[in-house]
This record gives sequence, C-alpha cells and structure tokens, in this order.
Amino acid sequence: MIEQPAALAADISVQPPAAGASARARRLSRVKERIIESILLLAALSSVAITLGIVGILIYESSSFFAHVSLGTFLTDTLWTPLFASPRFGIMPLIAGTLVTTAVALAVALPIGTIVAIYLSEFAPSVVREVLKPALELLSAVPTVVYGYFALQFMSPLLQKLIPGLPTFNMLSAGTVMGIMIIPYVSSLSEDAMRAVPMALREGAYALGANRIITALKVVYPSALSGIVASYILAISRAIGETMIVAIAAGMQPNLTFDPREPAATITAFIVQVSLGDLPHGSIGYQSIFAAGITLFVMTLAFNILGYILRKRFREAY
Amino acid sequence: MKTAETQQIKAEVAGLNFFYGRAQALKNINLLFPAHQVAAIIGPSGCGKSTLLRCFNRIHDLYPETRYEGKIILQPSGINLIGPETDPLEMRMRMSMVFQKPNAFPKSIFENVAFGLRLRGVRGRELQEQVEKSLRLAALWDEVKDRLKQSAYTLSGGQQQRLCIARALATDPEMLLFDEPTSALDPIATAKIEDLIFELKSRVTVIIVTHNMQQAARVSDFTAFMYLGELIEVSPTKKMFENPSNKLTEDYITGHFG
Amino acid sequence: MSDFKRIIAKRKRQDLVFNLIGILCTLVGIVTLGALLVDLIADGIARLDPSFLTSFPSRFAERAGILSSWVGTLLIMIVTAFTAVPLGVAAGVYLEEYAGKNWLTNLIEINIANLAGVPSIIYGLMALGLLVYKFRLGQSVLTGGLTLAFLILPIVIVATREALRTIPQGIRESAYALGSTKWQVVRHHLLPYSVGGTMTGIIIALSRAIGETAPLITIGALTFIAFLPPPPIQASPPFLSADWVWSPFSVLPIQMFNWVSRPDQEFVVNAAAAGLVLIIVTLSLNAVAIIIRYRVRKRIKW
Repeated sequence: MIEQPAALAADISVQPPAAGASARARRLSRVKERIIESILLLAALSSVAITLGIVGILIYESSSFFAHVSLGTFLTDTLWTPLFASPRFGIMPLIAGTLVTTAVALAVALPIGTIVAIYLSEFAPSVVREVLKPALELLSAVPTVVYGYFALQFMSPLLQKLIPGLPTFNMLSAGTVMGIMIIPYVSSLSEDAMRAVPMALREGAYALGANRIITALKVVYPSALSGIVASYILAISRAIGETMIVAIAAGMQPNLTFDPREPAATITAFIVQVSLGDLPHGSIGYQSIFAAGITLFVMTLAFNILGYILRKRFREAY
Repeated sequence: MKTAETQQIKAEVAGLNFFYGRAQALKNINLLFPAHQVAAIIGPSGCGKSTLLRCFNRIHDLYPETRYEGKIILQPSGINLIGPETDPLEMRMRMSMVFQKPNAFPKSIFENVAFGLRLRGVRGRELQEQVEKSLRLAALWDEVKDRLKQSAYTLSGGQQQRLCIARALATDPEMLLFDEPTSALDPIATAKIEDLIFELKSRVTVIIVTHNMQQAARVSDFTAFMYLGELIEVSPTKKMFENPSNKLTEDYITGHFG
Repeated sequence: MSDFKRIIAKRKRQDLVFNLIGILCTLVGIVTLGALLVDLIADGIARLDPSFLTSFPSRFAERAGILSSWVGTLLIMIVTAFTAVPLGVAAGVYLEEYAGKNWLTNLIEINIANLAGVPSIIYGLMALGLLVYKFRLGQSVLTGGLTLAFLILPIVIVATREALRTIPQGIRESAYALGSTKWQVVRHHLLPYSVGGTMTGIIIALSRAIGETAPLITIGALTFIAFLPPPPIQASPPFLSADWVWSPFSVLPIQMFNWVSRPDQEFVVNAAAAGLVLIIVTLSLNAVAIIIRYRVRKRIKW
C-alpha cells in the first residue's frame, strides 16, 4: 500500500461551490424542474382520477338502485321493464341480448380473423401483406353509427332474402356486421404474435418435409397461442361494449331469447334508449342505467384483465 | 479437389455457386460425399459452410432472392437436389437436419419424434414402434420412456438436442445434416452427441458443419476446409489435421486466424 | 416411392387451397368496406349538396340538413383537442422520461391499459353522473368535449410514448452531456423530434372521437336542435365570448343515428348523406395521419 505524502494530503481540499448569482440560478432552475415534473405527474395521475370517477359514479348511482332492488331479483328475474308503471328489474334479457350478439360477432370474427392472420403471417408475399394489412385496419376506422346504418339498410335485407321471415330488426344482422368490424382486432394482434415466433422453429418443421399450412397450424399457431388468445379476448371485450350497431339494427326491445333471428336489446342499447328520453335525475329509471352500466363494466373488466395477463405472458416468452 | 475413395458415392457436388441476392456466398464448390461416412466442413465464420449444408435440403428456398447454380447429384437416384425441376418438398423428405440451437416443437416428447412420421402417413402401432426405435438410436429412450407425454421443453438442452436428432432419424433419411449441433451445449452433452454421430454413420451418410476443430477431428472420416465461399482443401481427417497440403488450411488449424 | 409422390401432391394441394381461403377471408373485410361505401353513395349522394350542409334539421326530409350537427362536432372537437392533447402529451412525457419503476408508475400504467378497454358508453355514464349533475356542467359542449377527451386520452398517451421511444438514447445522452436539464432535453430535443409520431396518434384519436355517438347520447346531447350555439366572436365588446361552451348541442353521428332510427324511409337518404360526410371526414383524417407518419419517417432516419 503506497503511502501518500502527508504534505500533499493537507493541501488538497474540496472547493465549495461559488457563492452568489450562479448558485442562486442553479437553485431556481432546480425548483423549476421540480415544478414541471409535478405538473407532468398530475397529468399522468389524471388517468387514475378518471378511473376513480368511473368506478365511483357507477357504484354511487347503482347503490341507490340496489337499495330498491335486491341483487337476487336483479340477476334472476326474466323481465326488464324499469320504465313501466309496475316495473320489473331482471337484467337477464339484456345479458342474453349482449351474449347472443357477441356470439354471432365472434362466430364471424374469430375464424375469419385467425385465417387472415395465418395467411398474412405465413403465406402472403410481403408486397401483398403491406397492402392488405392497412386496408383491413381501415375497417376499424369507420364510425360505428355508419356500420349500424349498413347493418339495417344492407345486411338485414340481404339476410331476409336468405332466411325467410326474418324480422327487420334482428341480432343476426347486427352481430354479423359487428363481427366484420372486429376482424382487424383479431387479425392484427394474432399476426403479430405469429410473426414473433422464431424462424428456427419453422425451419425445423420444413426440414422434416412439412408444407406451409401444416407448419402454420401445428408449429406456429401453438407457439403463438397466448398472443392469439389475447386477441380473442380483446375481440370479446370489444363486442360486449359495442353500442351503436346493436342499437340501430337489433332493435331496442329487451327480449329474453337465444335465437339470433329475433330482435333484442343489449345492455348498451338499453342505456342509449333511456338516454334518448327524458328521465328525471334520481328516478329509478335513471338509476337503472347505472345498474346496467356497472354490470357491463364488470363484464368487460374481467375480460380486459384476462387479456392483459395473457399479453404479458406472450411478451415474456420472447 | 476430390478424394477418390473406392466406395459408393452418396452425393456429388459439382460446380456449385450460391447467391444471396447479388452477393455470391459459394464459389465453384466441387466435392464428393462417400456413403456411410461422416464428413466435416470447417472454416471461420462467414466461410459458407452452413450455406453449403442448407443447399442439401433446399431450406434456402424459404427465403426470397436466393439462387443456386450447378448440381448436387444424389445417388443412387441420380436426382439433382438443386435443379429447378426438383421439388424442394420432396428433397426435404429425403434429408434430415439438426440445427444449432435445439428447436423442439411446443408438443410432447412423443409428438416431436412422431411429427415427421405423421407427415408421411405413418399411424398407430407402426408409429409407436418407429418413435421408440428412433429414441433408442438417439440414446434418449431410457431417459424419457416414462414421460413421453410431457412437453419437450421439460428436457434439458442436451436432451432436447438428442430429441431433435431422434426426430431427424425417425423419417429414415438418406442423409443427416448437422449444423453446428453442439455449439449450444455443455461438454458432457457434446460428448454424448459425438458418440451418437459416430455410431449413426453405419445407417446413414452424415455431414457435420462445425467451428470446433477438435470435434471434426474426433468425429469425421474426412474434412473439408472452406474460406470465403471457396473450398480450399479436402482430405481424410487424419491427414488434414496432421499434414495439411494448403498453407491457408494450416494457418486455420494452428489457430493463426478465424 | 409413388406413396411419396401422392403425399407430396396432397401437401401441395393443401397449400394451394389455404392460399385461396386466406385471400377470400381477407377480402371479406375489404369487400364489406367497399359495399358499405357504395351503399352510402348510392343512397345518399343525391342529397349531398350545399343546402344539406347549411340547413337545420326539419320535419321535412328534403329540407333537413346537418348545419347544427357539424357545427356541434366542430365545437366539441375544439374542447376535446384542447383538453386531451396537453393532458395526454404531458402524461406520456412523464411516463416515458420521468417516471421511475415504482408502484405509482405501475398503477398509472395499469389504469391507462384498463381505460383503453372500457366501452365508450361507460364514459358517457360517468360524465352524466359526474360532469352533468355533480359538477353542474350541464348537458353542454363543455361536458361533451371533456367526455370525449377522457375517452381518447389513452390513445394520445400511448402515441406520445411510442413516438418518444423511437428517439435513440444517444440523443438524450448527448444532450445531458452538454449540461441540459431534463426539461430542457424534453423541450428542445424530444418533443420536436417526436412531433410527427405524436401528431399521427392525435389525429387518429380525434378521428375516432368525431365518430363517437354513444357517450354523447348518454350525457343528453340533443337529437333535434334548430339553432346554433352562440358564436365565439361577437360584434360587441368584449368581442370574444365563451357562451358557446355552455350551450346544448348535437353532433353529426347523433344526427345520422336520429335519421336512421326513423320509421319513415324518406329520412334514409339524409342518413346516408350524413354518413357520407362522416366517412369522408374520418377517412381523410386517417389519410392525413398516414401521410404525416410516412413523411416523418422519410425525414428523420435514426
């Protein structure tokens, strides 16, 4: 261990920062930086505030509702007529309407979306993909009220030709158009998941003599599964929350049925219908839309959480 | 530059040139591969050894802008592996490849080995027998026989690579192509695989690409040295490592570059 | 070997068949889009003339127009843009440049991810209970604008973050090395360089907001208004007025919804024409966004 000469050690000392104007300027600048950071933090916290606002208002208003109507009746009664003179408060018809339209939409979007994803990821030459992928994404840029118009004025008459006796308002037309709108949600995310599968895995399959479709179905698709399922969950959540297409084309009459050829109201359509009218603030009718709203919120929240977990798993895998 | 062995030739490479777009990766390769021998291809990174190997099963065809010139004649059928009239799918059915990093499929151990067999329409009892046979050949059977239904990813790296070898063997290929098969493995796993390769040559012709010269010396019958896309020297392995003819080969082997 | 040949032929057939199926499925979406546009044009082009754009709604279909609706959309968008853009960009900057890896940041990020998946009508419910009644903002342009701003906030935040992420760390490091403070780096380097990407995201977010119907119906936007909100610029002092912010309103998609829901078919033409205007506006905005993204990518190559 080398010993430092004592004299040198005594001479050296740390210089204090210069006193005066520049020190003050530095302190001011630090304060300014702090203030700016706090402002930005507040902006970021606004998202938390919005969530609190949503949850808070939903709970607040529906708690008044559930003071009058028991949760049991709410969940099990089979008629939903909160605006009638002798009202009934069973949410089942609205849930049935939501589930059936969602099922029809998924029956369209999931198979078609998956096939499109496989095609774009494993088959299509890159030129084709560069053109078709953005074209498909345009589908999700069209306002939903326009889709509602399309479902009522085009899809419904078309289906009426195929299915005699189909009423003008029905869950099939609304669900089909909703499904087509949702295709890019499924295909985009699934395709991303599939393209993230390493080439080495594909080469292993091809080297054994597999063709493209077998490699895609038996090797790539299973490897990308958690990302693909995350896209399915996103589609479900989107379909459940859709309002305008079903409000316009499926009718707004609550109807407890699982037959897609009939008209029905979804949770969302009901909220729209009530909002179109004039309801005194605080009446049971007014509170019923919040009860419907909180049901919707819980349903989509569950699916969103599931999708989030799956997406994290998919990202960690690669 | 050929070594004339008086035995059957399995594959003859004649005037092979290969291009990635405009860049030429293989220049006028001429080489004979005798049947039932292990051939090692060595050389520094970028010399084209993997590129040459991947011509044999036309895996380059999966990528755009790749072009072959010349011939690789497979005996006894006389087919030109890289001819435009030859179907890559058919070629891949005759060859098998083991890759640098084990690439087991996200399936069970059994299904991994069965994959190639199912592609060829093998089912039922015969399928089970072939899978067991391949796993035995790959010296993996005893370790996995009780857990064939488990995911292949529960195996260690060395075991997965042997699984990939079993998978490659199951389809009874005419040639086995190894692309640096042990570079991702530990020494013990490496040793097991080298023993395997040595035993396999009685059944099938093997080409192994390796950057590990000691491996080439241990495992192969003859060795080809490549540099910058050209074939510099081919010799029986003993001669290559004890008394190479070419100065470049000697420099590489003694560690003066690469 | 003929077995071999048969298998190989079958495999090639399978690939061919799937190629066809794949193209057909992809076309389903594109053909639908085309049919939708053709349908709108066929139904509504006749009605699309200057008088349509300058008339108020009316009981008589031939006289009914979208004046109050598109003015309403414009005013709402002003409020939405002035709320969502500063809030969203600020939040994005904070999360990307300032936030540490702690529970608060996690909380904020989870919130944003969650909000992005909440159905738009729930935002309407929140605004109804909170903004219209609790905060007494009424069923006004202000409420509508704020509702949509909250709706598109996650989109703006994500777009800002992605745009900031494309800037290489080296730029930040060299700026810091020259003695800049964090805010100076953000203000003089990061924001200017990420403007293109952020702008793209903002435009897409706004085009989404223009098409939103459900939340605005829920807060009580009118479906038939035959007046315009008071103009922001007036002849008499103080010359600038903010009265329009408190005014009731309607928007273009709600007008279309109103016409589509009528049992009398004569309004179908009007609905189609309104739909055409809506689509032209949203698709143009999307096109502008794509062009900006393309030009920015060409200009700055990291």
